[in-house]
Amino acid sequence: MAGDGPPTAGEAESPGVDYFEHAADIGVIGRGATVEEAFVHAAEATFAVMADLAAIRPLSRFRVRFEEDDAELALARWLNRLLAEARSRRLALGKFAVRRKGNRWEGEAWGEPWHPGLDRGVEVKGATLTMLSVRANGGRWDARCVVDV
Amino acid sequence: MDISKLRETAPFAWTLVPSGGEPRAPVVFYGSRELVEAMDDKVVEQASNVARLPGIVGASMAMPDAHWGYGFPIGGVAAFDPDKGGIVSAGGVGFDISCGIRCLRTNLDGESLPPVAAALADGLFAAIPAGVGEEGELRLSPGEIDDMLVGGARWAVGRGYSSPADLEFVEEQGAMPGAAPGAVSDLAKKRQRGEVGTLGSGNHYLEVQVVERIFDAAAAEAFGLAVGQVVVCIHCGSRGLGHQIGTDYLVSMAKAAERLGTHLPDRELACAPIRSDEGQQYLGAMRAGINCALANRQVLTHLTREAFATVLPGASLETLFDVSHNTCKAERHRVDGRVRELFVHRKGATRAFGPGHPELPDRYREVGQPVIIGGSMGTASYVLCGTAESEARSYSSASHGAGRAMSRHEALRRWQGRALVDQLRGEGIFIRTKSMRGVAEEAPGAYKDVHVVAESTEQAGLAKRVALLKPRICVKG
Repeated sequence: MAGDGPPTAGEAESPGVDYFEHAADIGVIGRGATVEEAFVHAAEATFAVMADLAAIRPLSRFRVRFEEDDAELALARWLNRLLAEARSRRLALGKFAVRRKGNRWEGEAWGEPWHPGLDRGVEVKGATLTMLSVRANGGRWDARCVVDV
Repeated sequence: MDISKLRETAPFAWTLVPSGGEPRAPVVFYGSRELVEAMDDKVVEQASNVARLPGIVGASMAMPDAHWGYGFPIGGVAAFDPDKGGIVSAGGVGFDISCGIRCLRTNLDGESLPPVAAALADGLFAAIPAGVGEEGELRLSPGEIDDMLVGGARWAVGRGYSSPADLEFVEEQGAMPGAAPGAVSDLAKKRQRGEVGTLGSGNHYLEVQVVERIFDAAAAEAFGLAVGQVVVCIHCGSRGLGHQIGTDYLVSMAKAAERLGTHLPDRELACAPIRSDEGQQYLGAMRAGINCALANRQVLTHLTREAFATVLPGASLETLFDVSHNTCKAERHRVDGRVRELFVHRKGATRAFGPGHPELPDRYREVGQPVIIGGSMGTASYVLCGTAESEARSYSSASHGAGRAMSRHEALRRWQGRALVDQLRGEGIFIRTKSMRGVAEEAPGAYKDVHVVAESTEQAGLAKRVALLKPRICVKG
């Protein structure tokens, strides 16, 4: 982990989590054997900008559901739903799961209320549609977009 | 960028002309050769994409502080005519609707600061909820949130958050007309419940600064500024509510564009015709987001005054001006000799009305609108005033900040937050933050030279320098 909080490009703790360069904001990448795994890692990449995920206890859980045919818009909606629920519930999130059934996406997230013991990164305002991409290549999924901080 | 593709069509104005019958408007980059050359190629790509949007009038423009954003470049300005199929774009406004700066002038001399600077920094840090996960003390019911979304800063004054005298010096006199709380989702309102009166994170800040130099004595006198005077700048926006409006409409506009067969070079440019149900709904929601930001900065102004009163009981803090950066506003502009109502998108750009504009307060009407270029916590900020020329050059728009010179990740590789805080303390600047990562990402060296940006803004005729402000205390979000 970086000395100044959550991991940065090249320092991500999970092999499925990565970042790409963007001048003003941050490019997040999730990779995995399935699109769901890639989405989970993209969520980890996003929330690791705000806090050290390993330090967050899974004390609270919520579910999100939505319908979306377009896998790229589904990534933006997944990340933005998590950001919205986390903010409205005042939670720091550290663990995620998602399942896809056709165009139906069902996800879960775990976390705990913010407290002084949590190392603060910077707030992510939303997942943008810029450089939004969800692709499978050689059996490996790559899900990415720019998030606004 | 490769500047050889551009023509210097006016001093400090570089134009990328359409080639080979390319169906787009011109793109104009404002700034010195060095600033424009240093802009990322992505700025060219994004500004060119904006130039292809339906109903654009004149050029797609990039201010001197422009850098790579999402959808529009940060520092992007473009105007659209509703009568010519013009559009409104959620991506052209961004997530942090009406992010802006409230500037307060004080009756304090900078020499009075050193003995109390640490206590004042601590007091402000305790009073201003800042950083990710922080909440304010105000809790609003759904009905109260709707009232705030209509009333803006006027609503906050009505709730006892400081003085009605502030309102004359806030854009739209504190409340943006045309707000439609019904067009704002319940989730957006839920996100805002605990976030009224919070600073946020990232590049948001509250700075106590001292006027180091005056460039224009007449404008400085009108603005009530003098060398050595303490001023305060509060940079923040519409918080979770604005972020959610952006989120909601970005996806719905992207889907509507697909349905209508509108080709978007970047999905983030999701847009709808101004004269459409989708466009009108977004405008109503976005205006509500503007009012949320105006209310937020009004509450923060009140909290700032309270913190000053505790440490410096005789302190008086008057609003110099409140400017918004991320907006789409209906304005009347003269184009080819005819006054037209245009919808001007400013994404990371400041409105900069020139002298005589009817929307300016009487006190500033002769000199033009105060324009604030926020710099970094270790360098400087500027107060400028709008010019008559900027109407023709940029629809009365100017730079909003220094502009990032490198990515956040690159900044994290180069600087360490704790070391920066210590270094700045050695330079007489007190930093208070909950996020050392945030400090490193916002390192002074991660930004362009604010002096060059301000000078370029003036040389391009967009706004004229009035005062140089040096930071003494910074509460970082």
